[in-house]
Amino acid sequence: MKCDICGIREASVHLTEVINGRTAKMHICDRCAKEKSEEMQSHFGLTDLLSGLMDMSPSGASGRMDAGESRKCPVCGMNYFDFQKTGRLGCGKCYEEFAGELSELLKKIHGSDRHVGKAPYGAACPESEQEDLKKLKKELDKLVREEQYEKAALLRDRIKEIEDGFNGEEKK
Amino acid sequence: MKEINDLIGKKSEWLKGQGPHSDIAISTRIRIARNIKGHVYFYSADDEARRASLDRVTEAMRKSRYFNKALFISIRDLEEVDRYFLIERHLMSREHLEDAEHKGLVVGNDEAVSAMINEEDHIRLQVMRSGSDLTDAWKLIDEIDTELSSFLKYDYSTRFGYLTSCPTNTGTGMRASVMLHLAALVMTRQIEKVFDAISKLGLTMRGFYGEGTAAIGDFFQISNQQTLGYSESDIIDNLQRVIAKIIKKEKETREQLIENQKEVVTDRVHRSYGTLKSARIITSAEAVKLLSAVRLGADLGLLDGIVPFDMNELLLSMQPAHLQKMEGKLLQSQDRDIRRADLIRDKLGVDSGR
Repeated sequence: MKCDICGIREASVHLTEVINGRTAKMHICDRCAKEKSEEMQSHFGLTDLLSGLMDMSPSGASGRMDAGESRKCPVCGMNYFDFQKTGRLGCGKCYEEFAGELSELLKKIHGSDRHVGKAPYGAACPESEQEDLKKLKKELDKLVREEQYEKAALLRDRIKEIEDGFNGEEKK
Repeated sequence: MKEINDLIGKKSEWLKGQGPHSDIAISTRIRIARNIKGHVYFYSADDEARRASLDRVTEAMRKSRYFNKALFISIRDLEEVDRYFLIERHLMSREHLEDAEHKGLVVGNDEAVSAMINEEDHIRLQVMRSGSDLTDAWKLIDEIDTELSSFLKYDYSTRFGYLTSCPTNTGTGMRASVMLHLAALVMTRQIEKVFDAISKLGLTMRGFYGEGTAAIGDFFQISNQQTLGYSESDIIDNLQRVIAKIIKKEKETREQLIENQKEVVTDRVHRSYGTLKSARIITSAEAVKLLSAVRLGADLGLLDGIVPFDMNELLLSMQPAHLQKMEGKLLQSQDRDIRRADLIRDKLGVDSGR
């Protein structure tokens, strides 16, 4: 049997990989096995787990992946395909550029795609702001039901202000 | 660097052997990952961009009162033995050695506070405490981080939180861990159960010495896995609760060992002590294993009459780069094993016999 990788030397190593329940068999020669094992050692771990997760995600399906491949981050030039290979994002802008794909991936890793913790100095605290918004919107509903339109208009403007400020960072 | 040699004589914060539950909990560590806005992350950055982010972060750190009198180290300028020395002291990761150009390390006064600059994220800030002291460690790192964020604009979004190179850190960017000495749970073969329970709780546990889960010497590091969707204090509370449970279980098991298998444990402890006292050549794996048994014995009061010695310190100073630093030259593997045996006998109060 010839080696699956080089196709020249005789295969002497027989590998079985189980990835997400799918079994793949490989027959490879000594030299290619050595290379593959080095490759596995340097890449194995987090990156593989990540690409495993990404393969399962619906957005990772081939059609969408092509789109991701051609869509590049305007700041660092990374595309989603690069990210799938390395498991590392290139810059903060990548998070905006690939927000949809990342959202799915983050849910798989952490069970959530929403930050609820600390905010840096000067940034709005997402938790309290969201709470405030909820309360204000409830109040707005109440005012509308009570037909207090003048007050409702003021409150509506205030909500918009908060929402704009809140989204400001992401829209930029 | 001369300043690095000064660290040898000093005691790392995490080795003090103090703090809550220091009989079982060796040390607490929290690290947070941060990136600065408008700078490409290290792996994607070119030379110039890497230098720019290093300069930018260094400048901010120099302003910080928490890094007053800190040691600012350029990884490129370090000799190889110093690099491994700093890794052994848990001041930097192995990954920080790759692409050493434009990488920095900042070490605070007592090594309790440190930061890697331009590892995979621009900033990896770390706080260490001895014993199990997550609340205190979080309080400090939170303060430092807040101060730094007044000098630097972080990459942050209200939706995803702190943005990091690897999505496994996104959100809080925080990894909190406690190192535990679980000798009794290992001896009674209950450690697998702890492993299983931990993984179900969104936490991870790995051996402190040795690769992966094949831990040497019963030292384990337990840390949070998730960084998004939970606040820092929730993550710490959860970890704290689990750690407390494991510590309690280890203590109960130690008591049971004394009650039911006193002779077996005493035998093991004294054999280990005997080997350490008389060995002339010893690998670090063997030494960790034996010291672990002796540490357990000391806690159980089975080693009355021995010369007291600083076990935590010995666990650190017997590692390869530390031995070579103390010797002042590079040593071959077998020479290291000889020096290690010498050092251990010396600390145990035995005549060197050479």
